[in-house]
Amino acid sequence: MTAYEAVIGMEVHAELQTASKMFCSCAVVDSTSAAPNQHVCPVCLGMPGVLPVINQQAVEFGLRVGLALNCEIPEFSQFARKSYFYPDLPKGYQISQYEFPLAVRGWLEIDLPDGSTKRIGIRRAHLEEDTGKLTHVDGHSLVDLNRAGVPLLEIVTEADIHSAEEAEAYARKLRAILRYLEVNSGDMSKGVLRMEPNISVRPVGASELRTRTEVKNLNSIRVVARASAYEIERQIKVYESGGTVQQATLGWDENRQSVVVQRLKESAEDYRYFPEPDLPIVIIPRDQIEAIRAALPELPDAKRDRFITAFGLSHYDAAVLVAEQAVAYYFEAAVQAGGDPKQIANYIIGDVFRQMNNESRDREEIGAIKLTPKALADLVTLVQKGTINHGVAKKLMDTLYTDGGDPARLVEERGLAQVSDESVLAAAVIAVLDAQPGEVARYLAGEDKVVKFLMGLVMKAMRGKGDAQMVQRLLTEQLEARRTN
Amino acid sequence: MTTDLTDLTITQARDKLRAGDISAVQLTQAHLDRIHALDPQIRAFLTITDEKALDAAAQADQRRQQGDDAPLLGIPLAIKDVLITKGVPTTCGSHILEGFVPPYTGTAVQKLFDAGAVMLGKTNTDEFAMGSSTENSGYFTTHNPWDLDRVPGGSSGGSAAAVAAGMALGALGTDTGGSVRQPAALCGISAIKPSYGRVSRYGLIAFASSLDQIGTFGRTVEDVALLLGTIAGHDPRDSTSMPLPVPDYSAALTGDIRGLRIGVPKEYFIGGLQPEIERAVRAAIEQMAAGGAEVCEISLPHTEYALPVYYLIAPSEASANLARFDGVRYGPRHSQGEMWPTYKATRGQGFGHEVKRRIMLGTYALSAGYYDAYYLKAQKVRTLIKQDFEQAFEKVDVILSPTTPTTAFKIGEKADDPLQMYLSDVFTLSASLAGIVGAVVPCGYDDDGLPIGLQVIGPAFDEPTVLRAAHAYQQATDWHTRRPPL
Ligand SMILES: [Zn+2]
Repeated sequence: MTAYEAVIGMEVHAELQTASKMFCSCAVVDSTSAAPNQHVCPVCLGMPGVLPVINQQAVEFGLRVGLALNCEIPEFSQFARKSYFYPDLPKGYQISQYEFPLAVRGWLEIDLPDGSTKRIGIRRAHLEEDTGKLTHVDGHSLVDLNRAGVPLLEIVTEADIHSAEEAEAYARKLRAILRYLEVNSGDMSKGVLRMEPNISVRPVGASELRTRTEVKNLNSIRVVARASAYEIERQIKVYESGGTVQQATLGWDENRQSVVVQRLKESAEDYRYFPEPDLPIVIIPRDQIEAIRAALPELPDAKRDRFITAFGLSHYDAAVLVAEQAVAYYFEAAVQAGGDPKQIANYIIGDVFRQMNNESRDREEIGAIKLTPKALADLVTLVQKGTINHGVAKKLMDTLYTDGGDPARLVEERGLAQVSDESVLAAAVIAVLDAQPGEVARYLAGEDKVVKFLMGLVMKAMRGKGDAQMVQRLLTEQLEARRTN
Repeated sequence: MTTDLTDLTITQARDKLRAGDISAVQLTQAHLDRIHALDPQIRAFLTITDEKALDAAAQADQRRQQGDDAPLLGIPLAIKDVLITKGVPTTCGSHILEGFVPPYTGTAVQKLFDAGAVMLGKTNTDEFAMGSSTENSGYFTTHNPWDLDRVPGGSSGGSAAAVAAGMALGALGTDTGGSVRQPAALCGISAIKPSYGRVSRYGLIAFASSLDQIGTFGRTVEDVALLLGTIAGHDPRDSTSMPLPVPDYSAALTGDIRGLRIGVPKEYFIGGLQPEIERAVRAAIEQMAAGGAEVCEISLPHTEYALPVYYLIAPSEASANLARFDGVRYGPRHSQGEMWPTYKATRGQGFGHEVKRRIMLGTYALSAGYYDAYYLKAQKVRTLIKQDFEQAFEKVDVILSPTTPTTAFKIGEKADDPLQMYLSDVFTLSASLAGIVGAVVPCGYDDDGLPIGLQVIGPAFDEPTVLRAAHAYQQATDWHTRRPPL
């Protein structure tokens, strides 16, 4: 049987969440919740006689992304008209960029599940305007133009992606970067970030590019991965059974967990691009580009590397923390508040994420949980100082997560401070051993594991507050003492 | 008395208004009366806004009483129906915009309103400004006041005819390839197409975005300059409007052209040029020389390519500009149930023949496989045409030429021959493609008594010199004082 490899290029449309639209002063709003056609004006309605004016903030947002993706920024870029008819396209053409995009020839390093990394080439990133939205009701189509004219950045990769895993890794990394740059919320379910893989497969070792399909309507990164994997398998099966893949636009059917054909492409569409005569060429002075570059935030890879070197975190932990900007900021705030970085990382990746999972909260919402970074730092410090033990800390975590509060005060109020008084602990140990002659006998007969059981009883008697190390030592001492009796 | 008021220039009317001899309401009413008397024959207006005009005039009178002396306070004007006016139907002469009432006013018209002008109505035009006679209007043809059997020129024929017939003191038009200058010449009035970028296009329903420019009509160069000074200037809503200060155009009208260097392009005196026009234009040039100007022959070698270049670039841009007229958001919709049939029916029934011809021409020129050979090549030749002028303006200050190859032609004469029709703009296309200034002043009459226009072309943003030359000529002649026999 032939071995196949996938050849995938990713086209991403990211709304640039600027204050106003690309070519008019209407506000950019959440088009999934805003009342329809309330954020429109003659310009974005495509009224006769109107003219576009370039939103400089959108250009700057686009440049941020271009620079973060290691792109070259050409001397100038130019808007062009892309013509086609559709009711969600008010002017009958979309103002886009064609021959001269904003940014070209960049790359993005992705992290693969086996711990390796790989560079994906970025062919281009260009500015354009979003279309409106159609809703189909009772055989009619309703047009909502709130979204029409919202700035979009289209980011196109080279065909460097060779598996569904790589597609997913690219999607995750790009989404994280857009969020770090504060240009896009990354909310794929609301359509503000749309990822469309172009997929073909070929025998391993071949250099030909076979017919590709484009998969659309993928509303989460998980679906990007699932749909890519499905489509790769489907194409391999087609070739294996002697068939040919047809050029098509596909969609993902969530219910059937499969791709469905939306449109077969018989011939290339002719959009009749030509330079937009209503707008001047965009020339960004070099010093402005350098100023934007200098003002870029620390991006995930740099942050991860710094977490490793500065805090001694493992590569895995660091990568998990930086994958979501909000988590990285939460971690940094907790470290800033004086906690031990490694312990904080452990608590976040362990307890905090578990709690958030239980509530089905996304990690990006970590900034909104009741356990503040400061409280987490204080908690970690209490453990480190020996004021409370790990068990108490974990229970306290649950309380702080649910209700918030100050750990030190809770420890005091609830009398949770660790008991390290040897005489008190020894008395508790002796009492337990006296009450458990059977277990003692089994220990003396060589069953070491009963120590753990006895340990639990002592801690229970101490209401969890005993210094665990001390209890263990005393328990062993007392058990051994009974051997000579 | 009433006829006197419609025979004034804007500056004369302004003096009377200032002196309190007349009121804006009187002046406006006189024009409305004349419109109602004459327009049934001339048909210059698509919409007459009596009530709004009288309201605006009353407001102007009130403003004047309060001490306001805005430059156009109480001056009644006509506006080409290609320019967007809030609350007043704006059709572009097309059925596809029948009943369309815009929710905003364009910049140039708003500037007129701010200066106190009174709008009398919206004037007829070839559909989407595509034509040279108003015969392509979706509604009716405007008649030339000098001979009702003849066309007034186009596409701004309604505005030119309105001013020539005394139905408005001045008017706005739009010029893409000659649509202000050609009708001004054919109707015997003065006009200017300013440099591309001089006047905001916001609110001008686009035909060809890289060529369209709003121009002004008047009975005198002085009036034309006054109107231009009011509407010119940078507009943040139009990124192609130049952020340059607006000179005082009226102050440029010194009457002095001593030492002015005039170029006469040999390529503009060719076969097909009506002999009376050549005689009148040559006489005008001699008149200017007598006034102290230095005249020399120049060459604009790429002139012959202006027509094909124009008829590739303008339709290409138009094919995209007119895509928005789909019946989805405004204008009549000819619903066929399904989407594509509805598009086809709406656009098929809404647009006229010439508009469809140009949309198809432009769509073809922009199509994959043809783009390089047509659109791109046309843009390259456009650059050569522009360079012709740049080189010429190293040697001369202005260029004088005929405006049109013939005087006003008969209605129907060229209607079935688009190429003949296109040729009537042969002398005005180059200045449009180069984005430079072109003014027109009356310079004589042919054997049938039809007006002839002299074109004065100048470098980009040198409207002052062009206006000075045109005005000096007008001061020395009385062609502009003749009135059509109505
Ligand atoms: Zn808007």
